[in-house]
Amino acid sequence: MQKIAASQATPPFYRDERVLGVISQIVVVGLVVGLLGYFYNNMISALREQLGVAIDYGFLRSTAGFDIGEGLIEYSRASTYLQALVVGLLNTFQVAVLGIFFATLLGVLIGVMRLSTNFLVNRIAAVYIDIFRNIPLLLLLIFWAQAVFFKLPRVQEAIIFPGPTFLSNRGMAIPWGVPTESWPTYRIVLIVGLILAYVVARLLKEQGKRTGRMPLLTLWFLVTFVGVAIVGWFALPQPLTLTTPELVGFNTQGGRVFSQQFMALVSGLIIYTAAFIAETVRAGIQSVSKGQREAATALGLTPFQTLRLIIFPQALRVIIPPLTSQYLNLTKNSSLAIAVGYPDLFAVGSTTLNQTGRAIEVFSLIMGVYLFFSLTTSFFMNIYNQRIKLVER
Amino acid sequence: MLKGKKVQTVALILSMVVGMVIAACLAPAAAPASTTAEEPAAPVAQTDAKSTLDIVKERGKIICVGNAVLPGFGFLDEAGVFTGFDVDYCKALAAAIFGDATKAEIRATTASERFTVLQSGEADVLIRNTTDTMSRETDLGMNFAPTTFYDGQGIMVHKDSSIVTLQDLNGASICVQTGTTTELNLADQMAAAGVSYEPVVFETADEVTTAYEEGRCDAWTTDKSGLVSRQTVMADPSAHEIMNVTLSKEPLGPAVRHGDDQWYDLVTWVVYATFTAEEMGITSANVDTFMDTEDPNIMKLLGLEGEFCSKVGLANDCFVQVIKQVGNYGEIYNKNLGPDTVFNLPRGLNSLYTEGGLLYAPPIR
Repeated sequence: MQKIAASQATPPFYRDERVLGVISQIVVVGLVVGLLGYFYNNMISALREQLGVAIDYGFLRSTAGFDIGEGLIEYSRASTYLQALVVGLLNTFQVAVLGIFFATLLGVLIGVMRLSTNFLVNRIAAVYIDIFRNIPLLLLLIFWAQAVFFKLPRVQEAIIFPGPTFLSNRGMAIPWGVPTESWPTYRIVLIVGLILAYVVARLLKEQGKRTGRMPLLTLWFLVTFVGVAIVGWFALPQPLTLTTPELVGFNTQGGRVFSQQFMALVSGLIIYTAAFIAETVRAGIQSVSKGQREAATALGLTPFQTLRLIIFPQALRVIIPPLTSQYLNLTKNSSLAIAVGYPDLFAVGSTTLNQTGRAIEVFSLIMGVYLFFSLTTSFFMNIYNQRIKLVER
Repeated sequence: MLKGKKVQTVALILSMVVGMVIAACLAPAAAPASTTAEEPAAPVAQTDAKSTLDIVKERGKIICVGNAVLPGFGFLDEAGVFTGFDVDYCKALAAAIFGDATKAEIRATTASERFTVLQSGEADVLIRNTTDTMSRETDLGMNFAPTTFYDGQGIMVHKDSSIVTLQDLNGASICVQTGTTTELNLADQMAAAGVSYEPVVFETADEVTTAYEEGRCDAWTTDKSGLVSRQTVMADPSAHEIMNVTLSKEPLGPAVRHGDDQWYDLVTWVVYATFTAEEMGITSANVDTFMDTEDPNIMKLLGLEGEFCSKVGLANDCFVQVIKQVGNYGEIYNKNLGPDTVFNLPRGLNSLYTEGGLLYAPPIR
């Protein structure tokens, strides 16, 4: 049988499936590369011949000439386009980090509520998810900006909470520490405290393993860290001084201001993404087999202990991959900031684009940055995923 | 297994090569950069055989980048019809090219999209209250036709705010639209005056005015004509006032892409024709009475002597059609912005040079 097949099965190459397979792949890849090359050539020649311009990133070093409302680094109209884009990048980063943190908290809370046996709690979560998951994000952002934050009192009649914290349609101004000369030293003290706390917790854990009585690790960690922080605070001449906001002229001065645009953007993103995270969490928890919960109850664990020690660690394995997608979505969705007037990377980028006309250069930079953000996020989430993955024996 | 890997690698390399060959075959006639750099633009015209005018004629209508939210200049009304000063210039071009002012289509964009839409060839001309600047001509590859409206940047504040000078704005929040020269002028002027402020930047004019009206900003800035225009559509127009401060020169005019000189000439001279017509007292109402004129200057404008329109590729009565169907400059101005409109903008700099303004058309000869 084998022999006959072999002797008969030396067909000409154009009928050999393996050869045909290779050839078809060559053709497909060739066509794709060719098409991309064609588009690229077309773009370059159109730019050069019709408009007389070539791709050139040199404009990044020229003076930007426009102001940016808020940023984490020093910037003025005399700075370069590159610095302007960095301001935008850091703003995007800030929104993404805060957004991811709070969306996770809110999402997990709503997700757990969704599975509550209490009718009211359960329904509240369900209504929340159904409403916010089904409204386009842009609408939600504009709703927050124009229907909520714009409708707060004007800054002259701001709501003043003790502290003082000013809440108006310009944003929220809160008291804030301003670094003094000893701040850089104090920062090192804090880092040392963190390391020390980690070491202490680690040692206690080892001891706990030997003696079989596990101490409260988190508590010891915090006690060590806060202890070091307090000692350092008094040892150094006051690393931070407190400034409080006050109303001067048109706006509040002093303290830290979270602008109305920032709050509208972050709250919109959090509320929207939390609805998706809640569903992910619910699905993760439901994927843990019922027997696990029953076994935990049989062992006498309280419902909270069951959730924390039995259900959640197993649910995480299902939750993490889709959660990563939600984190990526949040970061990318933050580019809608321009709709509420927040100067994120995309907003600053489009101003730059307008003033320079360098559409391809600016967009390639912006796309590169978002790609970098996304790949970095998924890189770390993948590492985490590896760690919590079921170790199969 | 190893062999399979090898085959794959070879296949990949092969396919790349094939791809490059295909790309080379498909690529437009453009030679490598090093050789074209020395050649002048002549071969471009050959490969790119169709001029903008040909494309427009073939299409049967002209497409202008325009504004939909600036009453008086470019506004989409309840009936779905574009009206305004800039819109009328688009119609004037249609009248010159087709002898029919209705063959004009407005492609409404935001301030930030406008140049890209023109650059990409999606539209033929940009007439959208756009300021002529050097960098827009050089970096963006635009050619600006003569200025049709001399404007200056102003600032609007709430009437009860008692702001009079730039210094009074210290610490204020100022709303501004992205993609405009006003964003840059504001930064320049405030830096020069040593006044610190918080810019709040939005994408569209509607968002800017909403933020301002809600009190998010103490002031907002754009061209003065734009301020006057937007004030009329605010909830309470009387609650706001325009400061007596002019931040910049804003010459607004039509723009075309680099590289098609005939098209640029056409747009330029249609604009000049509206100036000249006003200068000579020719209006849409009385243009027919000039048809038997003996005045050589008027005869040239109306195509009765010489072949001026045909030199830009049009029928010889092209300016007559512009005047008859759209009007001279004064008519266009008064219809959209003049005393009979809600804006009632004084002519000011936008008067003929004979009346102390800046409108001065070179002679047609």
